[in-house]
Amino acid sequence: MNRHRLNLLWFVATLAAALLLMLVPLPQPLEPFKPYWPALVLLYWSLESAERVGLGLAFTVGLAGDLLDGVLLGEQALRLTALVFIALRFRSRLRFFPMWQQTLAVLALLLNDRILLTVVRVFAGDALPPPSWWLSPFVGAALWPFLFLLFDDLRVRLRIP
Amino acid sequence: MALAREDSSPLFAGSVAGTLRLIFYLALAMVLMVLDHRNGWMWRARYAAAVAVEPVYRLAGLPADGVRALGVAFADRQRLTEQNQRLREDLLLANAKLNRMAAVAEQNERLKELLATQHSLGLNVQLARVIGVDLGAGRHRLMINLGARDGVKPGQPVIDARGLLGQVVEVLPTTAVLMLVTDPNHAVPVTVERTGLRTIAYGARDGDQLSLPTVPMAADVQAGDRLLTSGLGGRFPPGFPVGTVTAVGPAANGLFLEARARPSADINRSDDVLLLHDQAEPAGPPAPAASAGPPAGLAPAPAPGPPAAPAAGAAAGAAR
Repeated sequence: MNRHRLNLLWFVATLAAALLLMLVPLPQPLEPFKPYWPALVLLYWSLESAERVGLGLAFTVGLAGDLLDGVLLGEQALRLTALVFIALRFRSRLRFFPMWQQTLAVLALLLNDRILLTVVRVFAGDALPPPSWWLSPFVGAALWPFLFLLFDDLRVRLRIP
Repeated sequence: MALAREDSSPLFAGSVAGTLRLIFYLALAMVLMVLDHRNGWMWRARYAAAVAVEPVYRLAGLPADGVRALGVAFADRQRLTEQNQRLREDLLLANAKLNRMAAVAEQNERLKELLATQHSLGLNVQLARVIGVDLGAGRHRLMINLGARDGVKPGQPVIDARGLLGQVVEVLPTTAVLMLVTDPNHAVPVTVERTGLRTIAYGARDGDQLSLPTVPMAADVQAGDRLLTSGLGGRFPPGFPVGTVTAVGPAANGLFLEARARPSADINRSDDVLLLHDQAEPAGPPAPAASAGPPAGLAPAPAPGPPAAPAAGAAAGAAR
């Protein structure tokens, strides 16, 4: 019971931390390098414990992100739902990829997410973004192995199933 | 937290139910986006959720504050002394200029009183601090630490020490969001200081610049010209520096010249900003002047001007 609660708490805490990290600004020159944290954390959880991550959860996290970042209600909800759907669909294969292949898959997912975001923004009447716009998925993918290992290690240490 | 009721993921084929659920959520998200884009009611939801949301902003702003504080704490003595010295020199210079201006300003005031206009050179401002929060990639927005409880209203112009920074677009109880002049959805009526030409400066679509797409072909605009707010439209008071023209060239449609300008305000580095409180006159023709009478000094005190009404149709701050 207690273990289960701790487990849930850890799960929620990582998601909340991801949303918070999304809001924390980086110094101006580093701004385009900022990875999309909620996507990375949701990806980790959809690969590791798919029984807890569903489209509904992705949608909820996305709505919370939209509410915090105040751009367009439903934008992140759309992106995260699509991302989690693809990840869950290919979960069984992604899980048993070696790390470098998994990283490439994450890169593809994040790039797809960026394309979705661009389409939404262009439809909303924004201009096409500068080239540095496309850096963020690469940074996210480069961080993926470390994030994955860190989370796995923490889970073992905290003895969370 | 909605827990998933996902079946164990099959190795290859996905279930139809999963796809249907995806379509449902995607459709829901799209409906939300369209509604929000049309009505902008997300801000009403945010205002309602502000109790929960604002502490998050403060929390997210902490690292930026911390870095700033660390910068001060670990800055060596010499640098601080240098900075202090520089600031003192700046103050001296500014004071000297002010003193010279004071006489002129007073004279100006007197002349204007004679003309019975209600312009004033005085400023009624409120100091606000910028909260370091990232509001979406590539967005020209800033968050400040004053809100509805401090009397902030949407549409208030915001300046920093060097020029016009933008205007308040959304207000939460204790925070507010500014739209910067460099936002492509922002427009400000300007005049060229050297020639008095009136035009409109939009945020450029690429980078932190301003774009003036409708300069007449025959107009005399050069790189280096300073742009001031013209006060037309009633949103921004006249006379604040907006930017400096950097380049002039033919516009894409061939009918106008297009000028590019660098904003005067420190868009990326402002920590403290000033909210202007006296709004400019409302749009439309000025109220009929009182018929000729004794000079203002002798006449009974004039009635206060009509309250500044938000100018819905005015060019100032109108979304393109």
